[in-house]
Amino acid sequence: DINGVGQKYHLELVLEDVLDKDSTVNCTAEVLYHLGNNIPPDVQFTIEGELKNAEEADNIFYNRIKSLEKELVAENIPDSHGNVSPEMEPVHLLAWVASGYVIWQNSTENTKFQLAQIKRVKQVKRSDEYLEFDYTILLHEMVSQEIIPWQMTVLWHPRHSVQVTQDSRQPKHASE
Amino acid sequence: DQVLHIVPETFQQVQHLQQLCSTLLLDLWKPQLSEDIWAGEDLHIRVPAPLVQEVKDSLDQHMIFYKVLIPDVQKLVDQSMPRERSSHRQVSEGYVYTQYHPMEVIYQWMTQIQKNNSELVTQHYLGKTIENRTMYYLQISQPSDKTKKIIWMDCGIHAREWISPAFCQWFVKEILQNYKSDPKISRFLQNLDLYILPVLNIDGYIYSWEKDRLWRKNRSSHMNGTCYGTDLNRNFNSSWGSIGVSYNCSSEIFCGSGPESEPETRAVAQLIERKKSDILCYLTIHSYGQYILTPYGSTTKPPSNSEELMHVAKQAAAALMGKHGTSYEVGSTSSILYSNSGSSRDWAHMIGIPFSYTFELRDKGTHGFVLPPDQIQPTCEETM
Repeated sequence: DINGVGQKYHLELVLEDVLDKDSTVNCTAEVLYHLGNNIPPDVQFTIEGELKNAEEADNIFYNRIKSLEKELVAENIPDSHGNVSPEMEPVHLLAWVASGYVIWQNSTENTKFQLAQIKRVKQVKRSDEYLEFDYTILLHEMVSQEIIPWQMTVLWHPRHSVQVTQDSRQPKHASE
Repeated sequence: DQVLHIVPETFQQVQHLQQLCSTLLLDLWKPQLSEDIWAGEDLHIRVPAPLVQEVKDSLDQHMIFYKVLIPDVQKLVDQSMPRERSSHRQVSEGYVYTQYHPMEVIYQWMTQIQKNNSELVTQHYLGKTIENRTMYYLQISQPSDKTKKIIWMDCGIHAREWISPAFCQWFVKEILQNYKSDPKISRFLQNLDLYILPVLNIDGYIYSWEKDRLWRKNRSSHMNGTCYGTDLNRNFNSSWGSIGVSYNCSSEIFCGSGPESEPETRAVAQLIERKKSDILCYLTIHSYGQYILTPYGSTTKPPSNSEELMHVAKQAAAALMGKHGTSYEVGSTSSILYSNSGSSRDWAHMIGIPFSYTFELRDKGTHGFVLPPDQIQPTCEETM
C-alpha cells in the first residue's frame, strides 16, 4: 500500500507457452494500481531466459494472408462448441495478444477480464508491408459477469511487435 | 482412407493404374472414369484404409510416383460436418457424451436413461420454467429397506456454462455403467441416493444455443418486456440482494425482484426444503475457473463446519489433480473469488445441509465458457 499513490503488488509467476505446455519461463513483475482507477496500472517485468522463437510460423501465416485474393473475413472464433479451425488459429492467437493490451489498459484491482470470443474479424487492406485486422471481440469480466463487446484495430508484421492502434468499448448490443 | 495424387508418365503406367482401379474397385475422384486416365494428366484416387499399403507397394513396384493428397479422409469429413441437432440415434447406447447436446436431445436422453435402467433410475417432475418448460431430475436409487441419505447435484444454472450439463450427463452414465463392477460406486449406492438435475436453467440453455451463446441468466421478462433475465444464482434466499448483485435487470448479476422470484429457483428450493433432513450434500456445477467453493459468498464469516468442509474439498481437489494434473483452488467464495449473495450453495448450507459446494469446472479462461468438446472427457473424468 503506497499512501497517496495506490497499491503495489509484487508477483512471481510462471509463463506457459499456449502451444507447448511443457515450455515455461519464470517471470517477476511489479504492478501498481493507481488511486482512483482512471489510469491503467503500471507494469514492470523481467523474464528469466528467452521466449520461444516463432519466426517460421509467423512467416507462414504472414505469407498466407498476403497471398489471399480477397481480404480475410471471419466470425465467431471459437464457434459455439469451442472449435477453432486450423487456418483461424493464428487469427485467434493474434486477437489474444492484442486483447491483452486492451485488458491491461482497462484493468483495476476489481476486474478480471478474459477474452471470451472473437465476434467478427475483417482484414483491412494496406499498401505497406503490415497486416491490419479490425476485430470485434467479446471480453468476459468475472466480477460483474458481463460480456463486453470491444472493437480493436490490430497491426502486425513478423519482424515487429503487435500494435493496437485503436480500440473502443462497444454498446452491449453491438455484438448482435 | 487416403487420397493419392498421381501423374502417370507412360502408357504402360496408365494401363497398370486402370487395372489396379478395376481389380481393387478403387474410388476415382479425378477423372471419374477409368477410360479417361491419360499420361501427363492429374489422377486422384481414394484408397480405402485396408488397401493403402497394398496400393502403395504396387505403385512403387511399377516406379509410379505418387503424393498423398489427403492423409485422412474421415478427419476432413468430420471437420466439414455441421453439428448434428436432435437425433434419435444419439440417445441410449449410441449417445455421444463427448459432445454438447441441445435441450431437445437431453430430454430424450433422460427418458432413455430411465427406460434402460428402470431398476435404478426414476425421472421426477420438479417444476416449470418461466417459459413453461418442464424441469425434471433423475433419481438414482438402489432399492433397499433403509432410508438413505441424499446427494443432490444440479448443473446448468447458468446458460452459457455448457460443460456443466455435459458433466451431469457424463456423471449419470458413469454411475450406471459401473455400479455393478466398481466396488466404490456400489457401496455408494448402498448407502446414498443420487438426485441429479441435468439442466436447471432450461430456457437460458436453449437461448444460448439459438440466440446468444454467452447468455447467463434465465428468460424472465422485466420492465414491460424491454429487459430479460434474472441471475438464478443470485436469486436464492440467502442474504438475498445484499452484496455482489445488481438491482438492474440489464446486469448479468441481476438478483430478481425478490428472493425466489423465479419459478426455476422456487422449484429447486421447494424440493430441497422438503427433503432437507435427508440431504447430506448439495453440489452445484458451474464453469469456469477451476475452483471448489465453500460457503459463504455473502460474508467472510466462516460456516460452523468450515474445517470439515475445507478438509473434504481439499481431498477432492487432490483426487482431481491426480487424474490429469489439473489444479483446482479450494476456499470460500468470498475469500477467493468475489462477494455474492443469493447463491444456491449458500442457501443450501443455511437451511442445514452440511456439505454444500460449488464446482467451477475447466478452464482458467483460455477458452472460458466456450470449452472445446475434446475437453469434455478429461474434465468429466477428473471431476468424477
